[in-house]
Amino acid sequence: MKPSHVVALGGAGAVGFALLLMLLTHGAGFPLLAPSGSVGISERDLMVRTVYLMLIVVIPVIILAIFIAWHYREGNTKAAYTPNWEHSKMEEFIWWSIPFEIVLVLSAVTWSGTHELDPMKALVSTQPPLTVQVVALPWKWLFIYPEQGVASVNELALPVNRPVEFRITADAPMNSFWIPALGGQMYAMTGMTTMLHLMAPTAGNFTGRSANYSGAEFAQMSFTARAMDQSDFDAWVAQAKQAEALSSGTYSSLRVPSDAGPVRYYGSVDMTFADILDLYMPMRMDMTMPMGSSMMHHP
Amino acid sequence: MFGILTSAAFIHGPIETGGQLVVVLGGVSVLLLLTFTKRWKWLFREWLMSLDAKKIGIMYLVLAGLMLVRGGIDALMMRGQQAIAVGAGSGYLSPDHFAQVFSAHGVIMIFFVAMTFMFGLINCILPLQIGARDVAFPLMNSISFWLTATGAILLNLSLVVGEFAATGWLAYPPLSELAYSPGVGVDYYIWALQIAGIGTLLAAVNFIVTIVKERAPGMTLMRMPIFVWTVLASMLLVLFAFPILTGTLAMLSLDRAIGMHFFTTTLGGNAMMYVNLIWAWGHPEVYILILPAFGIFSELVPVFSQKRLFGYTSMVVATMVITILSFGVWVHHFFTMGAGANVNAFFGIATMAIAIPTGVKVFNWLFTMFRGRIRYTTPMLWFMGFLFTFILGGMTGVLMSVPPVDFQLHNSLFLVAHFHNMVIGGVLFGYFAGLAYWFPKIFGFGLHEALGKLAFWLWIVGFAVAFIPLYILGLMGMTRRLDFVDAASGYHPLLVVALVGACIIALAVSVQFFHFLVSLRERKHRKDSSGDYWGGRTLEWSTSSPAPLYNFAHIPHVHGRDAFWRMKEKGESGREGPYEDIMLPKNSAIGLFIAGFAFLFGFGMVWHMWWMLPVSLLGIFVTILVRSFATETEYVVPAAVVARTEAHHHPV
Repeated sequence: MKPSHVVALGGAGAVGFALLLMLLTHGAGFPLLAPSGSVGISERDLMVRTVYLMLIVVIPVIILAIFIAWHYREGNTKAAYTPNWEHSKMEEFIWWSIPFEIVLVLSAVTWSGTHELDPMKALVSTQPPLTVQVVALPWKWLFIYPEQGVASVNELALPVNRPVEFRITADAPMNSFWIPALGGQMYAMTGMTTMLHLMAPTAGNFTGRSANYSGAEFAQMSFTARAMDQSDFDAWVAQAKQAEALSSGTYSSLRVPSDAGPVRYYGSVDMTFADILDLYMPMRMDMTMPMGSSMMHHP
Repeated sequence: MFGILTSAAFIHGPIETGGQLVVVLGGVSVLLLLTFTKRWKWLFREWLMSLDAKKIGIMYLVLAGLMLVRGGIDALMMRGQQAIAVGAGSGYLSPDHFAQVFSAHGVIMIFFVAMTFMFGLINCILPLQIGARDVAFPLMNSISFWLTATGAILLNLSLVVGEFAATGWLAYPPLSELAYSPGVGVDYYIWALQIAGIGTLLAAVNFIVTIVKERAPGMTLMRMPIFVWTVLASMLLVLFAFPILTGTLAMLSLDRAIGMHFFTTTLGGNAMMYVNLIWAWGHPEVYILILPAFGIFSELVPVFSQKRLFGYTSMVVATMVITILSFGVWVHHFFTMGAGANVNAFFGIATMAIAIPTGVKVFNWLFTMFRGRIRYTTPMLWFMGFLFTFILGGMTGVLMSVPPVDFQLHNSLFLVAHFHNMVIGGVLFGYFAGLAYWFPKIFGFGLHEALGKLAFWLWIVGFAVAFIPLYILGLMGMTRRLDFVDAASGYHPLLVVALVGACIIALAVSVQFFHFLVSLRERKHRKDSSGDYWGGRTLEWSTSSPAPLYNFAHIPHVHGRDAFWRMKEKGESGREGPYEDIMLPKNSAIGLFIAGFAFLFGFGMVWHMWWMLPVSLLGIFVTILVRSFATETEYVVPAAVVARTEAHHHPV
């Protein structure tokens, strides 16, 4: 087979494959590319900006590589041939500086982006943040609403347009709390609290799940994040109030490793987030505190 | 007597029993074949006890090939499960078995395919490239190989007796602690890696000393082939990184075996320490694997462009910069663990900085090809395949080094696609290129080019079909390690495409094995009688193919880079008489004994057969003691034999 045939065949195959993929993903959701949450949108914008910056170098390099690979093939005896050319200060200086400069620009973007989108940073809003305490259990998610005094399993209700401050821990192997349509993830670890801020500008149901493998039934660790109007949220709380209490007894049965099971509600919370952290006393790390300021809590 | 080992350890479900039978029947049939063909003595004398780096290298390559098949079957099983499992409880693997399969796949591919393949090529080629007769410590070389093989045997034994870790390839606690993984799987994981890891560390010491002390006269550091430079960098990384792995796994095993609390979630243990430590090894590990692949490309691009390597000094500097930077980026594996913005941004930027020396390397290869006469042989095709896949992998890597972007992509199939892009497109393609390039030198005959090229194209297509869907699935929010997906998620069609890709890769691997067999059958007329199969530039091509026991009749004198190219220009061959007696190391079974005792130690630790531990440690001690009294460890190849061998290989 001639090289030109290989190229033609490869090109046709690649186009066919791309069409197939387009067909298969037609109508599918791309929460990372078209997110609903304000944090997710900023993260997507940063992703796109980074890709564009890289393409400034990558596209010329690809074109250069294809040109060199084709033009200097052995069969092309008309091309220049300098078998002993091995060094050029000028040119080497250029290709140390091209990636250096692009990385310099990317570094600036990274530094500002990382600080701007720090998961611990509160979101700017006219409304005060709602606190939701998240507990990763084997293999289900417990959400505690300390202000409302209710809790739920595998269903997360969020008022629209109100920033949410998640405080995250685990009573299970390490998990990661992730709602792709709203924004990036955060690890959930026993005896520690991590923090994440998200906000849903519009109503809708979004899939959330654990992103870090945590044992056999890990694949079942998904939940629905339901962003709703304040009135619907109030109704959701009122309805949850009707349910049984999250006592230490009900919690003990909840933390037994099992399938995800049905969505559950708790009308009051006797077993608090702090109690769950205290299961792993005497040493507890609060990742939301600045370093050095009472990182360790002793009883 | 048997610790916690009971007959229950042998009883598995139907699918596990299949794996068990394959291992047992495969092992038994090899033993029977050896007995019937009366090859036992030959096997021990010529191979298992050999201290010849070239033979040890071939044994590493064989081990890597076997493990590639095992890890590949694991990959197909995973892809198969994900392609058919829609909804909880569907699919043919239980959740726990699925977890064992993906854990074993990762461990095998990194430790027993990539690392093993790398050491195979280094053993076969590095001493030849620096004009040495052998490595600095031939016996230690044998011990290194046998410890690696012991790790592989222990890992595969878990298919027959007991189970393997169901924790993922890095066994993060607390999942890997006794509370959540009470079985022996994690212990198999720990001891397979501990034993193989010691072998790796010894090998690194060996090659560092070999490169520093055994170079031919005149080969200054800046005259070394780039492959030698990259191996030096890689082995330095092993020297600093592997003790971290050993220490980390030792702490995990203390937690599990005697109830300590390094990484447990109670009594002050902290799993985050494990995550930091394992990646302080794990990230340099990536560069341990890829630097020698870069070295291989730097050898073959000049040969097939028929032109000198462009920017040698830049290449050396870039390699060393990568070596140093690789220790400063480990946090990028867990930006989502709650570190502050300053820490995350620092490690993100440090990660991007690695793109600078890597980019320089790409430019240098391209400008080696520029104004060259490029011959598209199989090794060169692997380079081109590497170049384009690596650009994609590099881009997705830099993308994920931006912490807020990583918050979304971490743990998703986008990440899985990225690291396969680097490990297949970068590392594996590099080693395949090296194997195709050096095959004539190692085995004395060339490979069937058309079949080699077919395997290459199947690999490229299979790679694209298997991993582009994974990139897309990551953007759709699919996380890794799911044993089923929901129908509503829309993931299923792409997972079927990925399975098709995995099958194409399986076909590619089959074609590779077939093309070795075809070339072996036609070896007589594929013989490399000149020793210089491709028109090489470095010293390995100056001796016959395969290289004689003693590598070089005369230790070459080096007057510059591309030492063999200079010799050819001056019309020197370096093979003429008169010859001298040559001293070579005698065969030794010490490596086998030490590995045997190490196996007993590992098996005893896994199954809590505590009496085995002092017995095996004493065994290793006595073996070393006995060896220390041996005085006659070398033999002489008389000048007449050297003359005869040279005349045979190079009839005038």
